[in-house]
Amino acid sequence: MTCPNGNSVEVEDLVKRFGDFTAVDHISFQTRTGEVFGFLGPNGSGKSTTIRILCGLLHPTSGRATVAGYDVVKSPELIRRNIGYMSQKFSLYADLTVFENLRFYAGMYGVPSSELRARIDWALEMAGLRGRESSLTGTLSGGWKQRLALGCAVLHRPPIVFLDEPTSGVDPLSRRLFWELIQRMSNDGVTIFVTTHYMDEAEYCNRLALMNGGKLIALGTPTELKLGSIQGALLLLECDRLGDAIERVRRFEGVRDVAVFGNALHLVVADAAVAPAIRAALEADAISVTNLQAIRPSLEDAFVALTTRRTAGSTAEQSP
Amino acid sequence: MVVRDLVKDFPGVRAIDQLSFEVSPGEIFGIVGPDGAGKTTTMRILAGVMPPDSGTAIVAQCDVVADPEGVKHLISYMPQRFGLYEDLTVDENIRFYADLFGVRRQQRDARAGELLKACGMSEFRRRLAGKLSGGMKQKLGLVCALIHTPRVLLLDEPTNGVDPVSRREFWAMLYSLVGQGVTVVNSTAYLDEAERCHRVALLHQGRLLFCDSPARLKSRMQGSVISIVSSEARRVKEELATADGVTSLVLVGDAVHLFVDDADRRIDNLRTRLTGRQIPFDEIVRVTPTIEDLFVEAVRKDAVHQAA
Repeated sequence: MTCPNGNSVEVEDLVKRFGDFTAVDHISFQTRTGEVFGFLGPNGSGKSTTIRILCGLLHPTSGRATVAGYDVVKSPELIRRNIGYMSQKFSLYADLTVFENLRFYAGMYGVPSSELRARIDWALEMAGLRGRESSLTGTLSGGWKQRLALGCAVLHRPPIVFLDEPTSGVDPLSRRLFWELIQRMSNDGVTIFVTTHYMDEAEYCNRLALMNGGKLIALGTPTELKLGSIQGALLLLECDRLGDAIERVRRFEGVRDVAVFGNALHLVVADAAVAPAIRAALEADAISVTNLQAIRPSLEDAFVALTTRRTAGSTAEQSP
Repeated sequence: MVVRDLVKDFPGVRAIDQLSFEVSPGEIFGIVGPDGAGKTTTMRILAGVMPPDSGTAIVAQCDVVADPEGVKHLISYMPQRFGLYEDLTVDENIRFYADLFGVRRQQRDARAGELLKACGMSEFRRRLAGKLSGGMKQKLGLVCALIHTPRVLLLDEPTNGVDPVSRREFWAMLYSLVGQGVTVVNSTAYLDEAERCHRVALLHQGRLLFCDSPARLKSRMQGSVISIVSSEARRVKEELATADGVTSLVLVGDAVHLFVDDADRRIDNLRTRLTGRQIPFDEIVRVTPTIEDLFVEAVRKDAVHQAA
């Protein structure tokens, strides 16, 4: 089930242009066999174009990409046979039973009839759907449907699985179960390539790549991204009269950015040492501060800091 | 907003079950839960577009069950698929909604200018709505929904599929609206979005699990969470599964989250155990539980309770 050459996805200096527009701009990265790799970026960052190239659906303008050891330009059919794809919008047939859906997808992916029964059994077992074979798919809850969709996507034992916002809208318990399943697959050497807008899904990845403006702007573990994203420090501020507090801290020298989180503010500052001065300034305006402390950036803080930093400086940037 | 004992049945399923909560003026209130929890049904009832089977809902001092038409000029309801006309420009869409709500021309132009400026869209007035990015469409939807200056804004999963940068801008707009005294009720399936609301109602299978501020919800959680970042997170998970005081473990990217009865009491023992087994780790710290942690715990307890 694993790739012969170690790296399951290799991308080297990949470029895709549409007319004058460069959607993917000289990107390079590798995924390691058996890792859960998150591929993130805002709308229009070149993320979907890259996925289409990796699935053999779109030719790159230049550069090279291999998936499961196969070149995306030379062997798109072999790639499609070696990947699984699942999205939240995955088209399960609501009026077919669980078993019928599995049989349908097994046929689509060309699972040989001699292996059919064993593969379907395996998928039922993996997805925890045993005993539900004859339930109509439309009557299943979100969590069951999602595990069935995953079962359908991996019936042909692909070494690489692409997941597109896989747990969007699913209840938290089912979501944890799903990620446990994914972890088990990755333990068995299957590479999981996740694309998502949701940072709580990104948290489950071993490594993350962040795209912006067609370029790869960050690559690392979730912890590395969080720690490396913000130049300076992040402060959590809890106080009363939030509206006035926002105005006051925006004008404060050394505060670079302010974001509201419910009853609290996140301040990006050059140096955490300004905290006492901020507190004093707020209290001088009769705003009472209940909490002001340095915190670790969340993945969302990291994402926003990294993408907006590059957007601001992008005109000065040169291609590598 | 005062909601009392709302019930709505659909064939074969109780979509919402004895739902009660209150929302104060100028509050951002989150209705949070997975798909099928009853979020959209609740929003539709509050907007006066669907009657409940029983119960009452008072929105901006108007009884939506008795007088569904009366509430419509006081509120704005933005459903998941907000009807923007893709072949009309930004300005034309706004004009269309202003006419629909009977907004006078002078008021409309002033209000539209103000709203477009607030969301950084002033320079896109002549652009076709179909040519806008996902985040911009979302903001245009909000502008159209606000053109008649409603007192209550009902948003059904407004940031679904919107990237984090646009999502933050959208939230910044919501906070500035509540600063002007508008009450916002929004639904989301994402528990991290819940953290941005002043108060949240957590729904599961049509029932209210909790209703409180995010901070107070978290303080309710029994036990604590320890995060261990390690290059060998799987080994950490396997090793500590049997450690004293550990109730469950979740592998989260490059870390393991352990749910323990008492972090202060257990953390040294966990550290010693990993060191003894020569399992490397970068840090071991107590972290604040998330609303997701709370939700999972509550649903598990609920299931046990129902089985018993």
